[in-house]
Amino acid sequence: MPQIIIEHLTKTYRISERDPGFAGTLRGLFRRRYRRVEALRGVSFSLERGELLGLIGPNGAGKSTTIKILSGILRPDSGLVTVDGLVPFEDRRKHVARIGVVFGQRTQLWWDLPVSDGFALLRDIYGVPEQRYRRTLEELVTLLRLEPLLDQPVRQLSLGQRMRAEIVAALLHEPAVLFLDEPTIGLDAPSKLAVREFVLRLNRERGVTVILTTHDMQDIEALAERVIVIGHGRVLADGTFDLLREAVRETHLEVPSIEAVIARFYALHGAAET
Amino acid sequence: MSMSGVRLLPKLIGASLRAQTQYPTSAIARTIGQFFGNGIEILAVWALFDRFGAVRGWEFGEVAVFYGFVHVMFAIADALSRGFDVLGTDLLRTGEFDRLLLRPRTLTLQLIGHEFRISRAGRLAQGLAVLFIGAQLVGLEWTAATIALALWAIAGGVALFFALLVLQGTLSFWTIQSLEVANVLTYGGVQAAQFPLSLYNDWLRGVLTFVIPLACVAYFPVVSILGHPDPLGSPAWFAPVAPVAGFVVLGLAFVAWRFGVRHYTSTGS
Amino acid sequence: MSAPAATHAYIALFVSRFQLMLQYRGAVLAGFATQCWWGAIKVMILAAFYGAPAAAASAPITLSQAITYSWVGQGLLTLLPWMADPDIATAVRTGAVSYDRLRPLDFYALWFARAAGWIAARVVPRALLMAAFACLLLPLLGLAAWAWQPPSAVMAALLFAVSVVLALLLSTAMVMLLNIGVAALLDAAGLNALAAPLVIIFSGSLLPLSLLPDWMQVALLLQPFAGLLDIPLRLYFGQLSGPLAFAGLGLQAFWITVLVLTGRYWLARVLRRLEMQGG
Repeated sequence: MPQIIIEHLTKTYRISERDPGFAGTLRGLFRRRYRRVEALRGVSFSLERGELLGLIGPNGAGKSTTIKILSGILRPDSGLVTVDGLVPFEDRRKHVARIGVVFGQRTQLWWDLPVSDGFALLRDIYGVPEQRYRRTLEELVTLLRLEPLLDQPVRQLSLGQRMRAEIVAALLHEPAVLFLDEPTIGLDAPSKLAVREFVLRLNRERGVTVILTTHDMQDIEALAERVIVIGHGRVLADGTFDLLREAVRETHLEVPSIEAVIARFYALHGAAET
Repeated sequence: MSMSGVRLLPKLIGASLRAQTQYPTSAIARTIGQFFGNGIEILAVWALFDRFGAVRGWEFGEVAVFYGFVHVMFAIADALSRGFDVLGTDLLRTGEFDRLLLRPRTLTLQLIGHEFRISRAGRLAQGLAVLFIGAQLVGLEWTAATIALALWAIAGGVALFFALLVLQGTLSFWTIQSLEVANVLTYGGVQAAQFPLSLYNDWLRGVLTFVIPLACVAYFPVVSILGHPDPLGSPAWFAPVAPVAGFVVLGLAFVAWRFGVRHYTSTGS
Repeated sequence: MSAPAATHAYIALFVSRFQLMLQYRGAVLAGFATQCWWGAIKVMILAAFYGAPAAAASAPITLSQAITYSWVGQGLLTLLPWMADPDIATAVRTGAVSYDRLRPLDFYALWFARAAGWIAARVVPRALLMAAFACLLLPLLGLAAWAWQPPSAVMAALLFAVSVVLALLLSTAMVMLLNIGVAALLDAAGLNALAAPLVIIFSGSLLPLSLLPDWMQVALLLQPFAGLLDIPLRLYFGQLSGPLAFAGLGLQAFWITVLVLTGRYWLARVLRRLEMQGG
């Protein structure tokens, strides 16, 4: 029984539009016009426990919509979603207690408080028993080398340090599923490596299911056994990265670079950046 | 195993206070500002009484009691509702609201614990000071009954103002302009309720009793506490019942709130 | 540029400015609604107090004048020096270092002009809206007794207009002091919070100064904040006429001069200190 099941997910956004110029402003007061954006037109896939999935695709193609639905903060128009038997947006509190989410460049920690204070608050929010919290915290802090930073206010950390603290924060309650949304964006090379190495170990040694969205193809190469390409609101490809590469190779002699593979793949399926 | 919401709230509030004490001069200055900024109008009232004597049967001390009560109510509600107040400007815009949805706690609890402003203590202190000075001036005796009614009225007032701020937060799911409109209701409401209702014209009295029932929490109970016969002729049984209106509005506000959250999670940001 | 082309350009400029203002219409309208509400309450309270005929007869101003005073005060509310301009404070902290130390005086003049323009731009629409409501609409609704009455005479109107311009300069001089204070102390919130109550009381915004206790009256008239609202309104009602009128304008001018000179001196010192610290 797969851990995560998605079937025929659809989602359409209504964006209100207004004509430019003064006349448009006036008209806008009387009549509203809407543009329909079909973000998801029937996305289906499933994940077993412990898989590490890379989700790629152009912006506006449905990637972040899928993540939002999976995490429970957005309702789909139709389709089926279950994570460990729970429907994310229906059983919100039970569901979010079992997942961790990391947004690149944004922190969930308290800006003016020391890092350790923020961790303690999260312990209280997630209701983690003290003993387990101490153990988990010690492990994570050691693995991500955060000891010297624990007493510093979050606002004083560099982006790389903040991202490491962010990952600890997301894992304090030992979630079964970890969502990483552009986790390495803006990081320097050593930090990127540290993050990738950690996520790999987390997945291989702890069996935490990981879903990673990224534009950084080296993230994909380092981490993702399985890749799903979402474009035009649909799943365009679902398989290993090598399969993907094979699909876009033009001659049997060439070994295209990662970027070239992706670019060609998008072009093949008309999934251009919007 | 899991910490209940009631025990979590003090921790969230504590964290918020600790963050504010990182900027001590700012916090102190804002608190002092809240004390004086909200208290100066009573000086105008005093000056008017000094020149004109009593107004429609009310003396200065009595008006001071009305004044103090409403500021106490609003200060408490204001301190609790910051999260709803900045929902549109801070939380929705930055995506921080999504983060609140990702935590296994009710939104209301998290919003109450979000930025519990120390400076509101300034308005609270001012309200209490004016209230007690007024009470002294009229020789008000605090019996068990009047204290109970006072606390009940304050609870109703806090509920009413909190409800208005919840509604403001709800509106911000649809538009950022909600802040301005709501200010008319909240700050305008405080301004109006500072004075006994009988000073106003019919239409305003009607609005303040039936549309935004400030009169039910800030006028009728206080008239009873002061032992002043009500010029509007309300029956004696009404005063202890009236503060319920605040809780009724609160209930309605949360119905609207749930609708607003549903709208947000259905349409995305 | 040919005449039609120039006209076209001016019209385009006006339209784009107007559109910009439309964007802020929500805030302006909501602020206006709040002010109408506050004004209405204030006016009702004043009427309640004036209801005691004996005291009302001996009051220094009539109820009608007090009502007009309240509406005009609401209309000119944004004229008052509420707070420091955050951009200027930042600019002093950062720009001063790269600026030549020959020019502290130009700083002051430049920012004075900018602050004055900023205040004026915000006052005009709100004053017009309030005038439309309290001066035109209320009488049309049959509420002339509660309305904003016209000035006592043409001369009074002219003096009022001049006085309002002086009030604008006075307010700008005060805002400049707040700006410099913020730059010197690096904390905006405290200064703003403490300034507002002083301004509200002593400008007459809270209550016409003449309604405050009699023993304070001379001191109240001489203090700097009186020129922000109270002196202009006394001219409006013709309470200061002839030589007294010029005394009133003179008081405003006096305080403008004092505050501008103080501001220039202080700014020069702050800049010198920042430069010596190396920024």
